[in-house]
Amino acid sequence: MRKIYLDHGATTPMRNEVIDAMVTIYREEFGNPSSIHQFGRSAKKQLEDARAKVAKAIGADAKEIIFTGSGTEADNIAILGTARMKAKQGKGKHIITTTIEHHAVLDTCKLLEKEGFEVTYLPVDEHGILAVQSVQDALRDDTILVTIMHANNEIGSVQPIAEIGQLLKNHPAVFHTDAVQTVGKLAVDVNELAVDLLAISAHKIYGPKGVGALYVRKGIRVEPLMIGGGQERKIRPSTENLAGIVGLAVAIDLAVSELATESKRLEGLRDKLIHELLTKVPETKLNGHPVHRLPHNANISFEYIEGESLILSMDMKGIAVSSGSACTSGSLDPSHVLMAMGLCHQTAHGSLRMTLGKDTTEEDIDYVIAELQTIVARLREMSPVWEQYIKSKA
Amino acid sequence: MYTEKVMDHFTNPRNVGEIPDADAVGEVGNMKCGDIMKLYLKITDDGVIEDVKFKTFGCGAAIATSSMSTELIKGKTVEECLKLTNSAIAEALDGLPPVKMHCSVLAEEALKSALLDYKKRTGKDIPISEEDLKGDDDHHDHDHDCEE
Repeated sequence: MRKIYLDHGATTPMRNEVIDAMVTIYREEFGNPSSIHQFGRSAKKQLEDARAKVAKAIGADAKEIIFTGSGTEADNIAILGTARMKAKQGKGKHIITTTIEHHAVLDTCKLLEKEGFEVTYLPVDEHGILAVQSVQDALRDDTILVTIMHANNEIGSVQPIAEIGQLLKNHPAVFHTDAVQTVGKLAVDVNELAVDLLAISAHKIYGPKGVGALYVRKGIRVEPLMIGGGQERKIRPSTENLAGIVGLAVAIDLAVSELATESKRLEGLRDKLIHELLTKVPETKLNGHPVHRLPHNANISFEYIEGESLILSMDMKGIAVSSGSACTSGSLDPSHVLMAMGLCHQTAHGSLRMTLGKDTTEEDIDYVIAELQTIVARLREMSPVWEQYIKSKA
Repeated sequence: MYTEKVMDHFTNPRNVGEIPDADAVGEVGNMKCGDIMKLYLKITDDGVIEDVKFKTFGCGAAIATSSMSTELIKGKTVEECLKLTNSAIAEALDGLPPVKMHCSVLAEEALKSALLDYKKRTGKDIPISEEDLKGDDDHHDHDHDCEE
């Protein structure tokens, strides 16, 4: 059976260049980067070369990169570490975020609320976009942290981070962005975005799972979440996952160097997928912003059917997609992102996220469009809600 | 996640459709939970389910439990159908993931809803009442299994 992977928003296959670089590290660089002997020094050099590559990819200085175990960990360190440090300094306990953040941010904010912090959750519009003015309106003298994702993992909407960054230049609050979905997909420069903290994940850009990075602007103080070592600027102790870190560096280097051409190619395929589905399948709706969206993300609601049935049916045709996000696939709740955009339960339940990648071809897109038409028709045929809709139209 | 039987009934659901001159119709579920089941029954004068059709809006488990329940009740008497439990439907599918057990509850309730409709239409003395159709949202597990 034909196999088509359209779930790159969940994870990506590792590139051969990444695997080769990691295998070399596993085979030849077993030294601990903290050791002072030649084996350690050699490993340390690999580590610092990787740090320089990651820094360069986002316009940062190498000293501003902290390696972590994941994008979630990077978000956790950024949010918990900043909040606790600022509170200790008596600067305030108010945090601003949005209702559509990833759970790595939302659950962390909820944890801080239990610790006595106050969190303002800003709403988004029907396209999943945050108004810059709403950040301005929510800012207070005791606001210590603003954390807003660069692009949403489910609907692909890209937030006006640079504008918010400019706004916050006149305020002492630290500005964090979860850029897990954008690094390697959009041009990301920490100075242009004017962010203080930025989270990266390797496995979203054809790198290994279990590796992330946090950009920490020079001068920003973050309290560590773990203790027991001085690695990673005393912010994140633990012997570094050197092979994974080198894998991340190779992956980000390749992604950034190919970004311009690959983004354009993906945008073309994405637009074809969206346009043809909205044209050929009745009662469909694009979720997320029509223009300000990730180049590889198409999120469409198919009215009167349910997302998991769609996923299973497509899987039987060899097509891998997700409903809303991997988060919602294990849950019965409709996506918090779609609900925050004002979708009704029915529309939210019928959402499908298709995220394209470097191996996606036009033939794949044609196949997906053709199969989806058949699958949607079949599921609607057995849907009492569709039956009701048809009768109401008659 | 799903057993082969669940996937078989999801892929090739039995008895999909509607019965225009049905003797009983039952509909349960709501949009908030993402599952709605509608069951049509054709019942003989001596109380045997001679035909059954369903329509379901829902996940793979919801479609599979609807399909399996129609298989289990076809040819049975109304009294026998009243004894069908959600556990029996789930067992017939070789089990369901815990988070999806509520789908089997919904299938059982769709049947009860149809039988209650039959009782109302015919006035027959069937041991079923509105009380037997209490929704149970507690079956829903709201854990998250997150990416990133």
